[in-house]
Amino acid sequence: MAARAKAKQAVKPAKGALSRSRRKPVASKAKPAAEPLRAAAAARANGADTLRAVEQLLYRQAELLDTRRWAEFIQLFAEDGIYWVPASPEQTTGEGVPSIFHEDRDLMMVRMKRIMHPHAWSQAPDWGTNHVVSNVMIESENPKTGEVVVRSRFHMLEFRRDATRHFAGSYVHHLKRTPDGYRITLQRVDLVNGQGPYDYVLQAWV
Amino acid sequence: MRGNGHAELGRLVEPDRVHHSVYSDPDIFEMEMANIFHRVWLYCGHETQVPKAGDYYTVLLGRQPMIMVRHSDGKIHVLYNRCPHRGAMICGARHGNVGKGFTCSYHSWQFHTDGSLDSFPLPKGYEGTRLAPDNPDCSMKHAARVESYRGFVFASLAKEGPSLLEFLGDAKIAFDDMCNRAPEGEVEIVPNCFRVIQHSNWKIFLENQLDALHPSVTHESTGRAAEEVERDMERRKHKIPLDYHYLSAFTLPFHKWDQVQTVNYPNGHSILQGYMGLRPQDPDSRAYEAVMRKHYGADRTEEILSVNIHHVLLYPGLSVQSPLQQLRAVRPLSPDRTLTEIWHFRLKGAPEAIYRRALGYYNLVNSPSTMINADDLENFWKCHQGLASDGGDWVSFHRHAGQDEIDGSVVKSRWGTSEAPMRNQFRAWINLMGGR
Repeated sequence: MAARAKAKQAVKPAKGALSRSRRKPVASKAKPAAEPLRAAAAARANGADTLRAVEQLLYRQAELLDTRRWAEFIQLFAEDGIYWVPASPEQTTGEGVPSIFHEDRDLMMVRMKRIMHPHAWSQAPDWGTNHVVSNVMIESENPKTGEVVVRSRFHMLEFRRDATRHFAGSYVHHLKRTPDGYRITLQRVDLVNGQGPYDYVLQAWV
Repeated sequence: MRGNGHAELGRLVEPDRVHHSVYSDPDIFEMEMANIFHRVWLYCGHETQVPKAGDYYTVLLGRQPMIMVRHSDGKIHVLYNRCPHRGAMICGARHGNVGKGFTCSYHSWQFHTDGSLDSFPLPKGYEGTRLAPDNPDCSMKHAARVESYRGFVFASLAKEGPSLLEFLGDAKIAFDDMCNRAPEGEVEIVPNCFRVIQHSNWKIFLENQLDALHPSVTHESTGRAAEEVERDMERRKHKIPLDYHYLSAFTLPFHKWDQVQTVNYPNGHSILQGYMGLRPQDPDSRAYEAVMRKHYGADRTEEILSVNIHHVLLYPGLSVQSPLQQLRAVRPLSPDRTLTEIWHFRLKGAPEAIYRRALGYYNLVNSPSTMINADDLENFWKCHQGLASDGGDWVSFHRHAGQDEIDGSVVKSRWGTSEAPMRNQFRAWINLMGGR
């Protein structure tokens, strides 16, 4: 699956993502925190309130998941967009490595159609999620192309058959500007509890 | 079960049905740990998981926390993860490298990577006591027996018993088939383990592995969804990645599943034959076959690639999908909780595209976002709820009972949907449990 859709860039996990060994901190060449702020300030100076626009996109994405508007969720992605949940924080690309999710829009369609199929047995118990997205920081913005990289943190609570699960971690969204607003070219989701055993599996996107 | 014994067990297992308590009774679960899991050969890991001296992985064998570690002389040891001094666990992490040896975090007793005692602090304190450092009780305890076959390491916690190859018998084809498909005849681990907990007895998972009647029912939603998107992609892109076939293959109608045979061996092992068309003729496959012919010659290559296996179940805790180089190790945690550890391997010397293809299956079918096991896990939970209830005494394994083909000690199903594998598993179960 991974081979099909070419990710356009290698991405690093968010700073502070747990390393597999937990012994050494993840080597990160991410720019210091001041720079995203400068980038955001620059964006505002250019007259475009990028931060506000991308925040709205992140909140909207969370709302679409929590209200099960799967088709609209998929439409947030560019035609060649990828949704990726790495298997480990050290991974810098989803190509050719194990991933928890690595889906292009076609595979997302399979997931959506499956969830909505009347015989998706695991959908019988009531379930719902609640996402909270915060700590939104613009990592970089290309004023020429309008491409934006934005980092954020999330907490997702899932209630399913009388049990509650928590998933938390970081998002890195790579966005491109289109006539219809920003579209996601790559979304990286690092789960802070992604290395633990999964009590059941993840049925929908995090 | 309390107060009853082995004689009682014999009444719980009949050739074509079993009593529901074998799945839910906590006393039976404890007997299974002692009589099955602490006796037979259990999978520990692959040699390439611990390539360097001091590399280790922890693993649960039955109830026993163990360490698989590579010693300075290259040999792999399987040790109890316990300090002989006051009993503290030695390795707290799941895996890592301990360098020259282990150090207990409680009182700094130190051990070589073969488990033997290196030193402890203030040795004078033991003078005049009956603790002698050269006593084996001062070293970490070893699994009674350790053997490996083609890089796959097994341990038995019992001193006596058949050798690994005697125990596996013809089912060792799981490892031959996987390794032979590598041009260099070996596989290498992909250092990632997906771990999924299922809320059911461990035997439910094993039964499901060779149950050819369930896929088109359980996985209908995913199969149909993949089929629809496949058709749509055909219109738009003309080329469909093989991954979709891994999902849409689950929509085969019942009569097709009946054509997929199972082969059932002594000790509970079984093979489910292939159905996913694993001999594709795309350019990647042709390039791979050319590399294979270079290593093995045309005839041997043909022989290797025509082995017809979907997966092999090695009782009581390993499912090996040799043509896609992955395996699932089953670790029972309690009567109603089971951990599966899912690993993936690379064929040494094979083109990258062949790895990517198998990786697609690993990600789609075996990852924690799997659209396939999502519905299995729902069934497993439901099974356990029903089996723990008083709604009925027996579980039926009557399908094609008495109609399978018996060839010496091997039972071949005439119909793929025969419940022969489940009957075979319970023959092994009752033998090991001592009920017969």
